[in-house]
Amino acid sequence: MQQNNLILRTTTTLIAFLLLGFAIYLFFAGHNSPGGGFVGGLMTSGAVLLLYMAYGIESVDKMLPINFRILIPIGLATALATGAGSFLFNVPFLTHTFGYFYFPIFGEVELATAMLFDLGVYFTVVGSVMTTILTIANDQKV
Amino acid sequence: MNNLVVLPMVIPVLAGILFVFFRYQITLQRWISFIVMVGNIGIAAYLLYLNQIEGIQRIDFSGWKPPFGISFVADSFSLILVLITSLVAAICLVYAFSSIGEEREKMYFYSFVNFLVAGVNGSFLTGDLFNLYVCFEIMLLASYVLIALGGEKAQLRESIKYVLINVLSSWFFLVAIAYLYGSVGTLSMAHISERIAEVGQTPLLTVISIVFLTVFALKAGLLLYFWLPGSYSIAPTAVAALFGALLTKVGIYAMFRVFTLFFYHDHSITHTFITVLAALTLIGGSIGAVAYKDIRLIVTYNVVIAVGFILVGLAVATPEALEGSIYYLMHDMIVKALLFLIAGTMIAVTGTTRIDEMSGLIRNYPLLGWMFFIVMLSLAGIPPLSGFIGKVLVGQGAIEAESYILLALAFISSIFVLYSLLRVFLQCFWGETIISSEDEVPMKKGWIIPCAILTIATIVLGLGAEIIFPYVSDAANTLLNPSDYIDAVLTQD
Repeated sequence: MQQNNLILRTTTTLIAFLLLGFAIYLFFAGHNSPGGGFVGGLMTSGAVLLLYMAYGIESVDKMLPINFRILIPIGLATALATGAGSFLFNVPFLTHTFGYFYFPIFGEVELATAMLFDLGVYFTVVGSVMTTILTIANDQKV
Repeated sequence: MNNLVVLPMVIPVLAGILFVFFRYQITLQRWISFIVMVGNIGIAAYLLYLNQIEGIQRIDFSGWKPPFGISFVADSFSLILVLITSLVAAICLVYAFSSIGEEREKMYFYSFVNFLVAGVNGSFLTGDLFNLYVCFEIMLLASYVLIALGGEKAQLRESIKYVLINVLSSWFFLVAIAYLYGSVGTLSMAHISERIAEVGQTPLLTVISIVFLTVFALKAGLLLYFWLPGSYSIAPTAVAALFGALLTKVGIYAMFRVFTLFFYHDHSITHTFITVLAALTLIGGSIGAVAYKDIRLIVTYNVVIAVGFILVGLAVATPEALEGSIYYLMHDMIVKALLFLIAGTMIAVTGTTRIDEMSGLIRNYPLLGWMFFIVMLSLAGIPPLSGFIGKVLVGQGAIEAESYILLALAFISSIFVLYSLLRVFLQCFWGETIISSEDEVPMKKGWIIPCAILTIATIVLGLGAEIIFPYVSDAANTLLNPSDYIDAVLTQD
């Protein structure tokens, strides 16, 4: 049966982008206010999941040709690399540093390497949530 | 600061992550994981050497000084265990190369073995109670996957039980940590020890110590071992050997740490509990070991007996007994891995798990038979082999502490170990040969070489006791003098 879910699809296009934007806001807010890699990653997964629910697995796979499973090791490797990068500078494992940089539009911004660690968390969360859900959702054989 | 201390955990994690990218390059995965384990042996040995010269090694993550940050603390006890873990893992990996099958290898088998070893090494090295919990979970999550990987019916049934019981015990662990944090207000192990020594061990803290005892008893199979025989006997041989050699030992290690570093003030309650539990474990394990005709169950009940025996040393807590326990712990990790590997090989060549369906294997596989004979003698504690010194020292400690019932139980259990394995030996290796030379399953080199290396290791551990003893005695010394540990961690350098 062909369902006509025009309203769902139209609202999804809007809401998914709002959600993605909010997820990225949460991710960057983590240092000084509530948020961070974990909740940002969950929110991103929520947005992508909404797309999957509105458009079906085949069409979203065309829109977002990402193998979510590979995001897990990428995230873990990023997090571990920021920790192990401290070996190069002969400081203890997981030592982080920060600096102030000047950007044209934003002005002076504090950038911390802890952000890279959080990026690893973000990728890992997105990867594992999406892998879990898509693995269960695709399980139609047997 | 010594970044080397963190490597036994970081390198396996890194390797495990890399293997996900190279899912189908199995040869590469095999080589890298083997090299990782050998590298860890080298690192642990070097740190052990540094320990003798410079004292306890420590690294504060991010440079935050304890008690505010997480530290990894490497004293002799941890390093001995990391060393043996890496050795056993390397050898079990060699066995896995020729036995685990390509299906499992493609489903990230080596990743999970590496994560398991990382969790075990992390648990041994960490100096923070909550970090210990996290490392336990890393180890357990990897073990959940390894026990269910392959998806056979028996595996799924036992893995559900295994996961349930471990989720429950992890929850207890978390609750115990919450109570302890509520009472002393810190999570760094050295700082907890200091705070408890300051306030004295109040009844509340004793209750918390019993919760910790329950948790680690569930993990180590001390009396609460009802989940253990089922789940250890259905995993593939190489995995079962890793589990038998490593997982219960982490629980034992945690118990040693907690009851020598935190709760050592009120022996009359905590150590009486441990005494009773160890005694009951010895009895239960002995009954189990002689009751079954399934070789895998006989072997798993031998794990239970060993847990009871090692805890006898903690229960009496004299210097000799602790040295004996540490020595026996080292011996037991090596020998249990060997026992599981030999039992798995016997099952692989005969196609049955029941000992009354095997007979006369010594004619077909003489080398395997004599290695089984050696491991049997070693487990029973016959002098030139590695089980002897541990047993003698534990016995000596028990006599000193005048706990004669425990002494009697510990040594009678050795007879049960000997009887249960001798029964396997007589039934399976002697008697009429029922496998004709045409039907013989050829013995793969990959099966026999790991067993041979472990057999050599148990002989060396027995004969080289003189060389190993300084390290063991140093480890026991640190356990007996918590102030050494506290000074090493809390001194600002």
